[in-house]
Amino acid sequence: MLLTVLVLLPALAGLVLVAARVPDRAASWAWVATSSVVVGLVAWLWWGFDPGGGFQYDVKLRWIPTVDASYHVGVDGLSLPLLALTAVLFWCCAVWSLRGTPRPRSHAALFLLLQTTCLGTFAALDLILFFLFFDLSIVAMYFVIAGWGHGDRRRSALTFFLYTFLGSLALLLGFIGLFLGSEPRTFDIVRLVEDPPWAGQSGTATWVLLALVVGLAVKTPLVPFHTWLPPAHTDAPAEGSAVLAGVLLKLGTFGFVRIAMPTLPDAWQRWGTWIVVIGVVSVLWGALVALAQDDLKRMIAYTSVNHMGYVLLGLGAVGVLARDGADGSGPAAAAGVAATGAVVQMVSHGLLTGALFLVAGMLWTRGGTYAFARWGGLARALPGFAVLFAVAAFGSLGLPGLSGFVAEFQIFAGSLAAVPVAVVVAVVGILLTAGLFLRALQRLLTGDLRVPDGVDTGGLGAVTTVERVAVVPLLALSVAVGLLPWVLVDVVGPAADGLVALVAR
Amino acid sequence: MTAQDALALLPEAALLAAAVGGLLVGLWTPQRAQRRVAWIAVAGCLVSAAAAAAVLGDPVRTVFSGTWTVDATTGVVRLAVAAATAAVVVLLRTELAGHPRETEAYVLTLLVALGADALAATTDALLLVAAYLLASVPAYTLTAFRKDARGTEAALKYYLLSALVGVVLLVGAAALVLGTGRTGYAAVSASLPAAAPAVAALAALGLLAAVLFKAGAVPVHFWVPDAVDGASPAVAALISTVPKIGAVAAAFRLVAGPFAETPAGLALGVALVAAASMTLGNLAAFWQTSLQRLLAYSTISQVGYLLMIVTVAGTVELAAPALRLYIAAYAVTNIGAFAAVAAVPRRTTLVGWAAGVTGRPWLLVSLVVCLLGLVGTPPTAVFLGKLGAFTTAADGGYAWLVVLAAVNSVASLFYYLRWVAPAFRVVTSTRPRRGTVPRPAVVVLHTAAATSLLLGITAGLLGASA
Repeated sequence: MLLTVLVLLPALAGLVLVAARVPDRAASWAWVATSSVVVGLVAWLWWGFDPGGGFQYDVKLRWIPTVDASYHVGVDGLSLPLLALTAVLFWCCAVWSLRGTPRPRSHAALFLLLQTTCLGTFAALDLILFFLFFDLSIVAMYFVIAGWGHGDRRRSALTFFLYTFLGSLALLLGFIGLFLGSEPRTFDIVRLVEDPPWAGQSGTATWVLLALVVGLAVKTPLVPFHTWLPPAHTDAPAEGSAVLAGVLLKLGTFGFVRIAMPTLPDAWQRWGTWIVVIGVVSVLWGALVALAQDDLKRMIAYTSVNHMGYVLLGLGAVGVLARDGADGSGPAAAAGVAATGAVVQMVSHGLLTGALFLVAGMLWTRGGTYAFARWGGLARALPGFAVLFAVAAFGSLGLPGLSGFVAEFQIFAGSLAAVPVAVVVAVVGILLTAGLFLRALQRLLTGDLRVPDGVDTGGLGAVTTVERVAVVPLLALSVAVGLLPWVLVDVVGPAADGLVALVAR
Repeated sequence: MTAQDALALLPEAALLAAAVGGLLVGLWTPQRAQRRVAWIAVAGCLVSAAAAAAVLGDPVRTVFSGTWTVDATTGVVRLAVAAATAAVVVLLRTELAGHPRETEAYVLTLLVALGADALAATTDALLLVAAYLLASVPAYTLTAFRKDARGTEAALKYYLLSALVGVVLLVGAAALVLGTGRTGYAAVSASLPAAAPAVAALAALGLLAAVLFKAGAVPVHFWVPDAVDGASPAVAALISTVPKIGAVAAAFRLVAGPFAETPAGLALGVALVAAASMTLGNLAAFWQTSLQRLLAYSTISQVGYLLMIVTVAGTVELAAPALRLYIAAYAVTNIGAFAAVAAVPRRTTLVGWAAGVTGRPWLLVSLVVCLLGLVGTPPTAVFLGKLGAFTTAADGGYAWLVVLAAVNSVASLFYYLRWVAPAFRVVTSTRPRRGTVPRPAVVVLHTAAATSLLLGITAGLLGASA
């Protein structure tokens, strides 16, 4: 019940905002209030959560009995951190939007709808329900980009919609494949996991896995399905980019751990090496292309491809370890570490990239451009910006003490035994990321003061309270995870071990 | 014929009574008060829907010596037809208020609905011929109702093609009699395998060509763009919804019944028709600038998805419920899309429509619900329809068709967004609203959008009880 309230509350609040024609200013505050309540609800959820207890707060209601699809939601150690991430990041975006945005009422309503779709996807334990929320997130994001973006926003929004919709239909085909392989037929994730479909028919299972992987890879995004991402990010408003990178990409990676891996364990084992390869290619490709960007936002967008590559590296290694352990020795404890690292990486990336995009938004507000060539020497002119950007950048490049390090270290440590070459190559990706972030810091913060034409150097203005309140919690949480990783790992670990056991069947 | 048999046709009797009664009342009603005929028509539809709903859960029965089957499919088509026809009458009322032939339009609309019901319910080749004519002839008249150049041309095309296909239908029915000596589906399916293969093929070709023509499937779709674009929005909504759903149900009965075993390869043929319809319909819709022409091609592609279910009729257990769900979903959503056209009168192009919705965001919201519904986004009704279509086709071994349908769904998103995007731009600008919009059309649009969502969320539960 609590979970249902959590999922549906934002959308209902959004509906009320629009239907009741709430005044603009009040709508912005109502959004902040709603997201505060959501943060509170997630905290309550976390408080009552038993890490070793499997699915909790689960509710199952009849929905489409003929195909055994139901309204089935629940939380485990894999989804709880992501629910928390969603709640926090949307809260930050709500605060960020207090700075003023055109048409605040519909803006707030769309983001509240978007929040429901994200929370719903993480909570869903039924394929159709998962697909419903997954697909609606695309619709809501399309309108956010088309309505509040800048630059060539309509084209970017259209590309985003068409491309990710193609991905979601591939995913739907995969779901239908899972359904047809189950006995008795069901769309219920828990039942599909208990009795994996297409067991013993490796050919069909491979095709179904392919559909799932393509569908999720578009959303994640993984090379070569990432081309929608840079334009969408560049032209979306700052809070839109933060949500898109911070939460929406996680819908893709979460799909792997919630659906693809446990329902098709054999196929995941067999194709684990290839998943690792896709991950490593994304790591390198994302880093290299990011290095070539001369626009801050595009650079951050490509580092997302890089960071999601680590997640896939870890998850693929789980498959490889499970396969190698199939001779009776069981998967090494390393697999659990890799899976934990992958989930922690999702959370970490959400916090840090969310912060990075909001910080980049500060530049847009002040100068209307993200080009490196147009900015310089901001350390003195905008010290608040410099600090926030530096912390987020160091976190993103994997500096110890921040969450990125914890995540990437676990992924590498867990994967090393299974896929040593891949890990060595991926570490090169870390070096590249470090290089590109340091270069960005150097270009933007050091040297002579440089601002875009027409901007008064004295009038840049300090970082406002609203901006600070929106960004600092994200960085603070990242530091918290970096210094006290057990807070997160204690919740994720048991669930990740459970996932490994399922893959190793 | 017994009283019981006649009672089973109560939903159709209500439509017929409303048509005849409306005509008589209209004759004695002054020009300015013809609204009362519209009320009679709507009342007839509601009674028809109520009578259909009352027997929806009942066991299957055939009446009039097996020529007419009352089962869940008939029931759902009856409900969808009645609801869609009521909506069309409401839209027509806005278009035709004070028109000298107002009454005739309502009566003809009711007769089309009656023909659609008959198409869906018939299990006899000769009754199929009669239903085909009943669903066609009033529609020609309505297409040309405005007596303008485009409407007249469209009606002529529609009529000529329909007459040609009607002859093919008669040839098919004759071949059926030649091969088996019977016309009832039940008797035919028993004796058709013994008939000469060429005769069986001819029969299947003739009967299916006719119902596919009414459904507007490729390659007998040429009338659809002209008729839908040439007619007024209300009439376009009628001819692209009501006879179509009746015809798809008829195709399902044919493939599941008499032609289930012979001729060989029929299912593959239907699959190819489905593939061609969804693909060509989509390709042609891409760059249309006229709203109604765009929707016309969109309905052709929708028929393609519906025919996916017909392909596996009789071989997959879930096919019949999936078809019923998609039929209802399609009717609601398609009516909504045409109501959106009618809600912004005299704006026939994509850009014009956008200009007409300044300051009216709710129109756009409902349009988005309807168009995303046609794409198949959850939680709209067509999503469940498509899910059923995809699942049953994949279950029947047509995975390639499912992949093609998925690709087509993505492609269709493109042209629906060509309609939504400029309107979204206009609505989000702060320009004030201009002019007035016809309230009835707006009500139909919002009702359709709401029903689409409601059906999408609750259809699974309804399906379980029905």
